[in-house]
Amino acid sequence: MMRFLPLILFVVLASFLAWGLQRDPSRIESPLINQAAPEFSLPVLARSDTFDSTSMLGQVWVLNVFASWCVACVAEHPLLVQLAKDSDVPLVGLNYRDKTDDAVAWLDRFGDPFETVAEDAAGGVGIDWGVYGVPETFVIDAAGQVKYKHIGPLTEESIASTVLPLLKSLQNKESVSLQ
Amino acid sequence: MRKKITVGGLLLCLSLAFLGGNSGLAASKLVSFDTPEQEQLYKLLLEEYRCLKCQNQNLADSNAALAGDLRNEIRDQVVAGRNRSEINEYLVARYGDFVLYKPQLKPSTYILWFGPFLLLIAAGWYAVGVARRHRTINSSTNSAMDSSKADEVRSLLDD
Repeated sequence: MMRFLPLILFVVLASFLAWGLQRDPSRIESPLINQAAPEFSLPVLARSDTFDSTSMLGQVWVLNVFASWCVACVAEHPLLVQLAKDSDVPLVGLNYRDKTDDAVAWLDRFGDPFETVAEDAAGGVGIDWGVYGVPETFVIDAAGQVKYKHIGPLTEESIASTVLPLLKSLQNKESVSLQ
Repeated sequence: MRKKITVGGLLLCLSLAFLGGNSGLAASKLVSFDTPEQEQLYKLLLEEYRCLKCQNQNLADSNAALAGDLRNEIRDQVVAGRNRSEINEYLVARYGDFVLYKPQLKPSTYILWFGPFLLLIAAGWYAVGVARRHRTINSSTNSAMDSSKADEVRSLLDD
């Protein structure tokens, strides 16, 4: 037994290192998961009224953090447009540290899948939501809890395997609790 | 003439080095505080938190926009009189433990803090074991050599 100890130690160490290699250091688990979503009230993009996040209580919704200066957002955007078609869950955009005109032109060019776009010009709401890598996408349930956070651009695979099933199950839960 | 050029070049190098090496200072230039204690706390905190955008820099060193926002936020909270643990709580609640350069000591980080010492102790214990075993093996072969071969060796040497 003692003879194999170095081999066992090596295998344990090697498997830890292999696991470490597979991980992406830019993905950091959000402390917001299963916590109440931070409330915010921001001007609606290019309009004079404000969007209040508490108005979304009682329904499942998706918050997508984007900006016109964000290159990865361009890659992600067609998927959001498709997601808006594939599901009846409202998408809210958080336009992060951007200029109004740039954001409007960007949405004109790439399509606007959002029910509302809130303008976080100073980035303060971004801090409250722990945003550090745009684009980021949050799923919030009917009780106002953050259920999922995706850092970086959504992919076809992540939408099909995670986001859509999650939205469906949260909506089912919501309709059960309403009855 | 030549001397003048060298002095000028040296000055240029110095000023470039100063410009290049003080991004942290440049970032905190516009910041003002009510008391020196506040300024000290601010500077300490900027060293302690990670810029999540550029993960190997702290908030003081980073030029990322997010780091600037967080510096402003920390500055506002320091001036508003919030203490170190309150600001710590604020950042950890938003960005998680990863925002801390120095991980907290708690059950889930015990292996991080104590693991290396455990490994050291285990390795030392193993090394002592190996050394002891070798010593007993060596002394037993030595004694075997003494009894059977010594006479032979001596006779060979005598020839």
